[in-house]
Amino acid sequence: MSVDYAAARRWRGVLPTLGALVLVVVVAFLAPAEGYYLNIFMQAATYAIAVSGLVVVLGYCGQISLAQAAFFGLGAYGVAIGTTHLGLGFFPALVLSAAFAMVLGLLLGVASLQLGGHYLAMVTIAFQEILTLVLTNWIGLTNGPDGVRNIPRPAFLGISLANGHRFLALCLVTLVLVTFAVWRLKTTRLGRAMQAVRDNELAASTAGVNSFGIKVISFGISALIGGIGGGLFASGFQYISPDQFTFSESIVLLTMALLGGSQSPFGSLIGTSLLIILPEWLRFLKQIYLAVYGASVILLMVFLPEGLWGISLQRARRRARPIEGEVAPLPLLAATNNGDSSEVLLKTEGLSKHFGGLKALDLVDLEVRRGSVHALIGPNGSGKTTLINVVTGLYRPTSGKVTFLGNDVTHAAPHRRNHVGLARTFQNIRLFRGMSVLENVMVGAERRHNDVAMHPQAVVERALAALDFVGLRGDAHRQVADLSYGYQRYVEVARALAASPDVLLLDEPGAGLNLTEKHELGELLRRLKGHGLTILIIDHDMRLVEQVADYITVLNFGRRIADGLPREVLTHPDVVAAYLGEARHEAA
Amino acid sequence: MAMFLQLLFTGMGIGAVYALVSLGFVLLICAANIVNFAQGDFAMLGAYLLVLGLNVFSLPYPVAIVLTILLMAIFGVLFAGATYWPLRFRGALPVIISTIGAQIFLENIVLYLYGPVPQVLPGVFNSPGFTVGGVFMDSQYLTILATASLLVLLQYLVFEKTLLGKKIQATNQDKEMASLLGIPVVFMILLTFAYSAALGAVAGVLVGPILFVSVGMGGSIALKAFAANIIGGYGSIPGAIVGGLLLGVAETFGAAYISVPYKDAFAFLIVLAFLAVRPQGLFGEKVAEKA
Repeated sequence: MSVDYAAARRWRGVLPTLGALVLVVVVAFLAPAEGYYLNIFMQAATYAIAVSGLVVVLGYCGQISLAQAAFFGLGAYGVAIGTTHLGLGFFPALVLSAAFAMVLGLLLGVASLQLGGHYLAMVTIAFQEILTLVLTNWIGLTNGPDGVRNIPRPAFLGISLANGHRFLALCLVTLVLVTFAVWRLKTTRLGRAMQAVRDNELAASTAGVNSFGIKVISFGISALIGGIGGGLFASGFQYISPDQFTFSESIVLLTMALLGGSQSPFGSLIGTSLLIILPEWLRFLKQIYLAVYGASVILLMVFLPEGLWGISLQRARRRARPIEGEVAPLPLLAATNNGDSSEVLLKTEGLSKHFGGLKALDLVDLEVRRGSVHALIGPNGSGKTTLINVVTGLYRPTSGKVTFLGNDVTHAAPHRRNHVGLARTFQNIRLFRGMSVLENVMVGAERRHNDVAMHPQAVVERALAALDFVGLRGDAHRQVADLSYGYQRYVEVARALAASPDVLLLDEPGAGLNLTEKHELGELLRRLKGHGLTILIIDHDMRLVEQVADYITVLNFGRRIADGLPREVLTHPDVVAAYLGEARHEAA
Repeated sequence: MAMFLQLLFTGMGIGAVYALVSLGFVLLICAANIVNFAQGDFAMLGAYLLVLGLNVFSLPYPVAIVLTILLMAIFGVLFAGATYWPLRFRGALPVIISTIGAQIFLENIVLYLYGPVPQVLPGVFNSPGFTVGGVFMDSQYLTILATASLLVLLQYLVFEKTLLGKKIQATNQDKEMASLLGIPVVFMILLTFAYSAALGAVAGVLVGPILFVSVGMGGSIALKAFAANIIGGYGSIPGAIVGGLLLGVAETFGAAYISVPYKDAFAFLIVLAFLAVRPQGLFGEKVAEKA
C-alpha cells in the first residue's frame, strides 16, 4: 500500500473549486445589479483578493508588509490610466499593472529583506507614503486628488461585462481562483519553504532554503495579487482617487488578514467580509466604531492569535491521523558514496574566527573522512559550535578555508552548502514550530539536488522513512511543538537525514536529554555509523564519544590541541589537562 | 546666508520634535524589543491633554504641562499592560500589530471626543520671538530646542551617572542576567514605557503650538521618527537624536529648494537611500544572530 498523504494529492480541492466557481456566478447574478449592495459585494471581492496576497507574505512567510494598499492602488491606477489614457484593453492593462506592482514589490524586497523584519515594515511605509504623494501631486498622469473617472468595464470572450452582475461575476471568479492558488501554495515546496523561513530563518537556511530569495518571492507574489485586486476594483467602481489607497487602507487590509487568520486564504475571506459588513452592523456605535475596531485588533492578538480561521486550523490539527502506508527504508548513503574511506569529505585549513579580540577559532585544521564518525570535543567555550557555524556558513571565517567534497565553500551561503550535501542539527533545537513533524522533515528532504526533491509523493515517503529511522513514524501528523524535548531532537535529526547528506553535523545532540534518551541516542548513532554515514559530532558525553567515534579532535580556547584515534587522544596529556586542570601544578 | 540659517533653525526645531519621539521609540526597542506604532500618538495625546487642561479646566500653563506629562507617564504603563504584557513571549510581530491596534483605537477615541476640527494651542511665551542677524528666532522653536537639549542631557546623566540608569541599561542588554542580579526587570521595563510616553507628551506639547493639534498629527510624526531611527541606526540612542535632527533639516531644505507638495517624501527617500547604501544607519552596528 503506498502512502496517501492528503496534502500531496494532485487534484486536491479542484472539485470544490469548480463548485465554488458555479456558486459565485449564481450569487453574482442574484446580487442587485447596481447601487449600494452591489458596491459592498464588489469591494469585498476585490479587497479579499488583495488580502490573500497578505496571507502569502505575512501568514506564510512571516514578513510584515504595510503597503498592500499601495500595490492595490498601483493595480487600480494602472488599469485606470491604461484604459482611459493609453487606449489599452482592460485585460492587457490589468496584466501590465499587476506585473508592474510585482516588479516594484520585488525591488523593494531586494532592498530591504536582507535586513531584519522591521526594515521591510519601514520600507513599505516609505513606499506607501511616497506613492500617495505621487498619486496626489502628479496631476498630469493621475489627475491628482480629483481621481480618474469613467474607467470602462471590459468584454470577455465577446460578452460585455459592463453590466454590474457580470463584472461582479468576474471579480468573484478571480477571487475563487486566487483563493485556490494561495491555498494550494501552502502545501507546495515553495509554501513549505516560506513557512520554514517564517518559523526559523537560520534553520531554514541550513536546511537548504534560500531564505532571502524566498522572502523576496513571497513579497513579489503578494504585490502581484494586490495589483490584480486593485485592477478589478478600478473597473468595478469606475472611479478611483488617491485617498482610497493610503497607509490607513493598508492597515485595514492587514487587520482583515489578521482578524480572519493570516495563515489561510479562507481566513482572509472571513476577515475581509466581516470588516466590510461590520460597519453596517455596528452602525449604532456611530463614530466610535473605529475605536472599537482598534481595540478588537489588540484583543484578537491576545485571545485569537491565529484569527477566526485559526479555530478551524486547530481543529484540523487535532483531528490529524497517523499517515498509513509502507515506505522504502531510508537510503543513508548519498549517491556520491564510493566507499573510499581514505577520502576527505570535509576539510578546514587554518580556520580562524575572531569576535573582536576574542579568538573563538585560531588556525584550526580538521579532516573528516568518508564513512567515519568524527567527534569534536573540548571544554565549554573552546570553539566547537563556532567551528560548526563557520563550516555551515552561518559565520564568515576571519581567515582560512573550508573545503567540502573537493570544492572550496568558504564563501558559500548556508543553503548552498546544504545543496551540495551538508546537513546539521542545532544545540538549542531549531524546528519550524508552526508546522507538523512530517512537514518539518519534508523541508529537509526537499534539499535541491536531493534525488526526491522534485517529486511530492517521493518527498513524503522519504520524510516518513527518515521519521521511521528515528522511531517517530507514528508522530508524523503531530505538531512539532506538541512533542517532548527529546523527540524534538529526533525530528531535527530526521530533517537532516531526509536530505540524504554526505556529511551530517550533530551539534551536541545529547544536550538536555535524560539518561534513557541518551541511551537511545547512542543506539541511533551506532545504527547511523553501521550504515556508513559520515558524521561530525560535538558532545560532552565521553562515554558516548568513546563508543561511536573513529577519530577525535580536541579544541581548547579555539585551538586544536589534539587530533587522532580515540585512545591516543583521550590519554594525551594536553587533553587531560584541559579537562582536569594542570596536573603539574598539583604535583609541585 | 540669512535664508540658509533661517531654514537651518526651523529644520532643527522640527527635527528636535522628531528626535524626542524617536528617542521614545528607541528606548522601547531596547527595553522590550518592540516597534511601537502608537509612539506618535503619545505626542498626540499629550497635546490634547494640554488643550484639555488649558481650555476646559483653565489651568495655569505650567501646571497643565506638568499634569499632562505625569498623566502620560501613567498612560505609558497602562499602554504596556494592554499591548505589550500579554504578548511579551510571542515574538515581535504580535506586539507590533497590537500597537497598530492601539494606534487606531487611540486616534478614533480622540476623534470621537474632540471631533475632526483641529485645536489651537498657545505657545509657551507670549512674545513671538526676535531677530538676530536677519534670522527670526521664533520663541516656540527656541523653546523646543532648549527643552530637547535639556532632556537629552538629563537622560545622559541619568543613564550614565546613576544606579537607576545602569539598571535600565542592564535590563536592556540582558534581561535574564539583570534579573539574576536582583534588578527588578519588570519595573525597569514599565519605567521605560512611562518615560517613553512622557517623552512623546513633551514632543506633542512642544509641537502643538506650531502645527494644529489634530488626531492625525501623531501618525505623521511617528513615521518620521521611525525613519529617523533607521537613518540613525536601529536601536541607537545617539542615532535617534541625530537622525531626527537630520530629517527635520533635510525636510525643511527640501521643501524650500525642491518641492513643497513632496515635502513628506524626502524623509522616506532618505530612508530608502540609507537602506540601499548603509542599512545599519549612522550609529548602528551589525549584529549576527547566535546559532
